[in-house]
Amino acid sequence: MSGFQSHFANSGGVDFSGDHEPLPVETMNELAELAARYPQPRSALLPMLHLVQSAQGRITPAGIEACADTLGITAAEVNGVATFYTMFKRNPVGKHHIGVCVTALCAIMGGDAIAEKVEDYLGVGHNETTADGAFTYERVECNAACDYAPVVMVNWEFFDTMNPDSTIELIDKLRAGEEVASTRGATITSWREAERVIAGFPDGRADEGPSAGLQSQLGLKLAKRHGWQAPAADAAAPRKEEQQ
Amino acid sequence: MTDMLTPVLSANWDQDRSWTLPVYERTGGYQTMRKALGMQPADIVTMVKDANLRGRGGAGFPTGMKWSFVPQDNPNPKYLVVNADEAEPGTCKDIPLMMADPHLLIEGMIISSFAINSHNAFIYIRGEVLHVIRRLQAAVREAYRAGYLGKNILGTGYDLDIVVHSGAGAYICGEETALLDSLEGRRGQPRLKPPFPAVAGLYASPTVVNNVESIASVPAIVRNGSDWFASMGTENSKGFTLYSLSGHVSNPGQFEAPLGITLRELLDISGGMRHGHELKFWTPGGSSLGILTAEHLDVPMDYDGLAKAGAALGTKALQLFDETTSVVRACLRWVEFYKHESCGKCTPCREGSWWLVQVLMRLEAGRGEEGDIEKLLDISDNIAGRSFCALADGTATIVQSSIKHFREEFEAGMTTPAWELFPYAKSALWNESATSTTGASA
Repeated sequence: MSGFQSHFANSGGVDFSGDHEPLPVETMNELAELAARYPQPRSALLPMLHLVQSAQGRITPAGIEACADTLGITAAEVNGVATFYTMFKRNPVGKHHIGVCVTALCAIMGGDAIAEKVEDYLGVGHNETTADGAFTYERVECNAACDYAPVVMVNWEFFDTMNPDSTIELIDKLRAGEEVASTRGATITSWREAERVIAGFPDGRADEGPSAGLQSQLGLKLAKRHGWQAPAADAAAPRKEEQQ
Repeated sequence: MTDMLTPVLSANWDQDRSWTLPVYERTGGYQTMRKALGMQPADIVTMVKDANLRGRGGAGFPTGMKWSFVPQDNPNPKYLVVNADEAEPGTCKDIPLMMADPHLLIEGMIISSFAINSHNAFIYIRGEVLHVIRRLQAAVREAYRAGYLGKNILGTGYDLDIVVHSGAGAYICGEETALLDSLEGRRGQPRLKPPFPAVAGLYASPTVVNNVESIASVPAIVRNGSDWFASMGTENSKGFTLYSLSGHVSNPGQFEAPLGITLRELLDISGGMRHGHELKFWTPGGSSLGILTAEHLDVPMDYDGLAKAGAALGTKALQLFDETTSVVRACLRWVEFYKHESCGKCTPCREGSWWLVQVLMRLEAGRGEEGDIEKLLDISDNIAGRSFCALADGTATIVQSSIKHFREEFEAGMTTPAWELFPYAKSALWNESATSTTGASA
């Protein structure tokens, strides 16, 4: 059923081409498990769509039907949600998702130069995948790491304070299958494994990586060096406090 | 006189394995929860009101007052939703807080939920921060195992469940009513207010939506008292807060200070602008609240001070740009962000942001046309205040404030490309990396 053909390239429809593999039974069960976590099942729709991406590498027609069936809503309602959010991909995503931040601050600090270099090196544009299926590239908007600008994301893990050369080096390592760790996160696996965690199924790797990056700790370090601190609890109010 | 910096929320960010339960408890974690569960819920609300904690997510609405709007005689369940959809350009405080100290947020949620009589709480976190999601999931699991979440918490008879909920890449979901639609499994589009969420929020039930930093501030208030909290800060802006410094500075990072610190003071203690450069313009509260200039270095960064300067405290996201930066370029990139993130519900925002980008692009390329500046101002005027939510106002504000302070650069865009006036390579970080001293010399 490939019926509707848009006259506008990438106008937003789900890619109906290719095989229509049904979702594995385990995934169907996990979709139901997500729906059961909420007071009202439909609240689970975003996590469920993340899980569909993890299972099938994109938002598939079968995945849309599965979500609709699980929640008792129409496929059109699911489709309307799937096409609203930028993290939901309607075309197959590569093994790794590379995001280069190009919102004002990162762009000016060098994000534009990084984006240009990566596009040139991978030979793809925004939201496109390399022919070998290794990388999907996206120009991403602010990722809440501005004190680490310019920022690059791999499978939604932070790579802080990057430049064009360090980004190309990172891509080469990923392509060669070498072990790569995020600046403030875990060892890189794949976009699909990341999507599973985002959907709400932990991978047990919360203990990797540091407590915080250097920039995050800067004010605290300064305060300790100068002996600056919040007033003692009893200075303002005569309240007994045994803890500190 | 309080100290220059007052780390409370960030006090444990340098601890090894700070995200784990044993480390959190070693520094007194979950003791305040025990105290709070023995109090009357209404007394906790009063305490937070008396402290005059104001929302740290941008709007600055008093947190305790928001809680007191929840109609306790409404038979529907009450909900607490933590807004962890941090995405306002320049804002980068909640992400490190949740990565380093997720239990602080959870303890704050338990106390806050108890105060408003809620048994279901949610953390709506943006989806693009995998490791922060991992840390939250792990911390919630630890809290359940320790008996701090679930049924009959510590034998008090109080029940609370917390769900960590990932968004899917939509800035608009940081707007509280769009967030609620998204949390109901719909497209994230703002709702008409009133009714406000406190009366009809999630599932049309009474709901409090608070920012991460606001909720994380609650344990310290309940532990040390409202007078202690109010002993920091300025008259209408009490307490401590996280200021995020980014851009062309020697040492970007997070600085937790009493409200009212000035940018000059922050620059003095952190090492100033990058070597050999001067401040040209900056945002005090993320891009949505406009830009200021070096004239405003001594403005107290609190709710009143920045409002008087024609801006607002917002998320305290201080993005600093030096003299190498083109204002037209920065303005275009911010407006492109709003165009991308407009949910499309309201015509002035959806269409207006698109037209602003068209005009700004030709000004950046030096191909501006007669009347373009007036056109930008006219479009902005037709966007601001004419849409459901503040995203539209932010789009207009960044354009209006950029033209107000740097009109001559927009005029230059009639004839000369911005990249000729301000060669872009000079703004890049690595151009000066030899003099960068992150973390080492501050």
